[in-house]
Amino acid sequence: MLIAVILGFIFALLVPLFSKFLKNAIPFLYSALPLSLFIYFLQFLGEIKFRGHILFRFEWVPSMGIDLSFRLDGLSLLFALMITGIGFLVFAYTAYYLKGHQYLDRFYGYLSMFMASMLGVVLSDNLMSMFIFWELTSISSYFLIGFNNTDPASRKSALTALSITGFGGLVMLSGIILLQATGGSYSFTELLNSSEIIKNSTSYAWIITLFFVGAFTKSAQFPFHFWLPGAMKAPTPVSTYLHSATMVKAGIYLLARFTPLLGDTFWWNSTLITIGAVTMVYAAIHSVLRVDLKSILAYSTISALGILVFLIGIGTEKALLAAGIFILAHALYKAALFLITGIIDHETGSRDVSKLSGLKQVMMPVAVAGFIAALSSAGVPLLLGFISKEVMYEATSQFGDWAILLTVLAVLTKILLLVAGFWAGIKPFVGKLPLEFGEAKLPSPLLWIPPLLLGVLSLGFGTFPSLITESLIQPVFSSISGSDTIVQLKLWHGFNLVLMLSILTLLAGGILYWLWKPSNDLFQKTVQFEVVSPQNIIENGAKSFGSFAGLWTGFFQNGYLRNYVITILAFLTLLMAYRLFGEVDIYIDWDQISNVSHYEIIVVVLMIISIFFAISTNSRTTAIVALGVVGFANCLFFLIYSAPDLAMTQFSIDTLTVLLFMLVLVKLPKNKQYSSKGIKVRDALLSMMFGSLIAILTLEVFEEPSSSEVSKYFADNAYLLAKGRNVVNVILVDYRGFDTMIETVVLVIAAAGVFSLMKLDLNPSKKDL
Amino acid sequence: MKSLIFKTASTYLLPLLLLFSIFILLRGHYLPGGGFVGGLIAAIAFLIHSFAFGLKETQSIIKINPGYLMPIGLVFAIGAAIAPFFIGAPILKGLWFEEPFKFIGMVGSALFFDIGVYLVVIGATLTIMFSITDTV
Repeated sequence: MLIAVILGFIFALLVPLFSKFLKNAIPFLYSALPLSLFIYFLQFLGEIKFRGHILFRFEWVPSMGIDLSFRLDGLSLLFALMITGIGFLVFAYTAYYLKGHQYLDRFYGYLSMFMASMLGVVLSDNLMSMFIFWELTSISSYFLIGFNNTDPASRKSALTALSITGFGGLVMLSGIILLQATGGSYSFTELLNSSEIIKNSTSYAWIITLFFVGAFTKSAQFPFHFWLPGAMKAPTPVSTYLHSATMVKAGIYLLARFTPLLGDTFWWNSTLITIGAVTMVYAAIHSVLRVDLKSILAYSTISALGILVFLIGIGTEKALLAAGIFILAHALYKAALFLITGIIDHETGSRDVSKLSGLKQVMMPVAVAGFIAALSSAGVPLLLGFISKEVMYEATSQFGDWAILLTVLAVLTKILLLVAGFWAGIKPFVGKLPLEFGEAKLPSPLLWIPPLLLGVLSLGFGTFPSLITESLIQPVFSSISGSDTIVQLKLWHGFNLVLMLSILTLLAGGILYWLWKPSNDLFQKTVQFEVVSPQNIIENGAKSFGSFAGLWTGFFQNGYLRNYVITILAFLTLLMAYRLFGEVDIYIDWDQISNVSHYEIIVVVLMIISIFFAISTNSRTTAIVALGVVGFANCLFFLIYSAPDLAMTQFSIDTLTVLLFMLVLVKLPKNKQYSSKGIKVRDALLSMMFGSLIAILTLEVFEEPSSSEVSKYFADNAYLLAKGRNVVNVILVDYRGFDTMIETVVLVIAAAGVFSLMKLDLNPSKKDL
Repeated sequence: MKSLIFKTASTYLLPLLLLFSIFILLRGHYLPGGGFVGGLIAAIAFLIHSFAFGLKETQSIIKINPGYLMPIGLVFAIGAAIAPFFIGAPILKGLWFEEPFKFIGMVGSALFFDIGVYLVVIGATLTIMFSITDTV
């Protein structure tokens, strides 16, 4: 199992090697990976049916409770099969779709990396490793969306998607940590036992909020939905795979997975119902206002994800069952629609649904696949979409007081989605073939077999639901709901309310499709509302945050060294003065201070004289030398108080400082304009205040009882353990050797920094001169 | 600087200061001194020389780019730090030869560590100083 998950990463790492020696074989080689994994996961169908779930344990970081445990149950098996199955079709499709592309090898590398991460997300039992895989899916999706990296729009979309999903992932991480703190484990299977404790704890509200942000960002729920239409900049196989069938369902997976653990409370249900309903209606309306096929599909995907959140929110057994079926049904028809869009785009070069028509005459098999997918999305009997829609209406119409409102919303969404589905799957193929697309022809079977195959599955599962009821849907239902009710899927439920609603949906949708033609004008009219769209608000927020940071930095980092020093000193003075006078009693014990010797008087006089020189002279050289004298006088104090090592180092440093100043300052032009009187007074006041505060602080320190245990240990053991008599040096090279080692590295970095600042001419504004 | 006294003095100061810096480096474990101070002194020695004779002259004496001393020094320091790891002791444990060497005294991993620090300090200081001198 571990190998099955990480195989994709290994393949991704091997890309450079393969592309060097086996460049032409890459599509075959890499398509074999999802196919073999698909077969591998199929084997578990029987075992899951009888045992419920299987755990695979691999230790990773046992000290922190993080391991690579994998839990295979109905839900994760369904996702694993979708990831590898649709993955295989997409891998094969890509072989022709991007044939001859310069970076085809890279593309397969990213795809296998994504596939492995996605498998990791749905199989991980340990929440920490799930989080890591979760973020890996965001990262690989970033690479895939930005695959056309010469296009600025595509780079921007990639970054938007990464920021939104990455942000959500981090929020979810805090939720995971909080959950671990409450429930006592990172393991989902173990947490299941403490479900009641978690639900009754005070942090429950926080946990679900944090998880919701993670799930909603990943699954493009309102108001985080806008990254998904942007992500359509990616090549169509990516949109198919990541942004309709698998990755965007990771949030749904998360919610479904945690339903038995965190679900079935008022806040859980009402939040999910509200967000899900808003998303599904909002996105469904948007989807019929677009003309670009991929945009239509993107919004209808968001709407479908909204339906799933909505169903999980309703939380009754029927609703969870409907969610389980709809995950599969949607993956099958939406992936097919995306693949078909890719074919149309590939052959005609257009995705404008208001122009496309009549392609049936040139690409019959594609048209058949399109019809099946569109009908399944509409929920026509004998297709899987019909069953999922029936169960969904059953769930909403049985939901107590709110049944009518929820049912109306569901029906409305379904009607609009029917139109969107017909536009994508039927509209381009019927009618008259315009002249401009006359040259279009049927592409390689590699392109049209995958969508057709998905259509056949929709049809097969829809006509004979018993094919999947017991083997797949039952385990999925059990792992989402945690109950053992036997699932029964039927085509004919009798002539009841649900069937009426279905017929109503089909009729209303059909009429709407007949009356409402896609047009660009309509889309243009919606553009004026962009100002209040969540995307605009969030982007403007980010922009104003950026300009605020610019103002803030410009104020404090204004490039004048004197201002930096003043800011630092003033801040420190205020802080210390506040602490000293506000909260500490200043008490200085003059008796503790030793007698002043005549050496010290001489040194202090020396210092005062040189300070006087430094501030009164007009010559830079004099000022520097005078400051150097202050430094050397300081060293004399170290010597008097027997710290020869310190004195020595200080001597060398002071020498170097003086030399450095000399190097720079002698080259400067003579500057006659010295500070005005006011500035001088200000600086003098500030420095005197700072100086006296430091003096008070130093005297105060004597009042604190000092602990000399450490220095005593160092002194006693310097020779015994480290064979040195110079304690200072032994501290540097032995006791604190690690510090010293890192400090040398810091020194090297500093030198490299100075070197690159001075030597490499990186400032573009200077190049023009 | 065109002072004859300074030039003459710095000609003699350079070898003396370098020797002194090595002396300081070696005695560090027992008496005041050590790699850091030693390195600073050596850097000052070259710097004074460059003041007297100009950057070019000093660079031709050093022969190699002083920047190269930094990685060499890091190899010494990190090597001394992880050497105990290969004989199964914890990282940075002090290892010592049994018998003292002539002139130098006891030799152990701490000394190599200090030599590494010494070289890094010379390299970093001279790189900083020389790039400033060269550019200003």
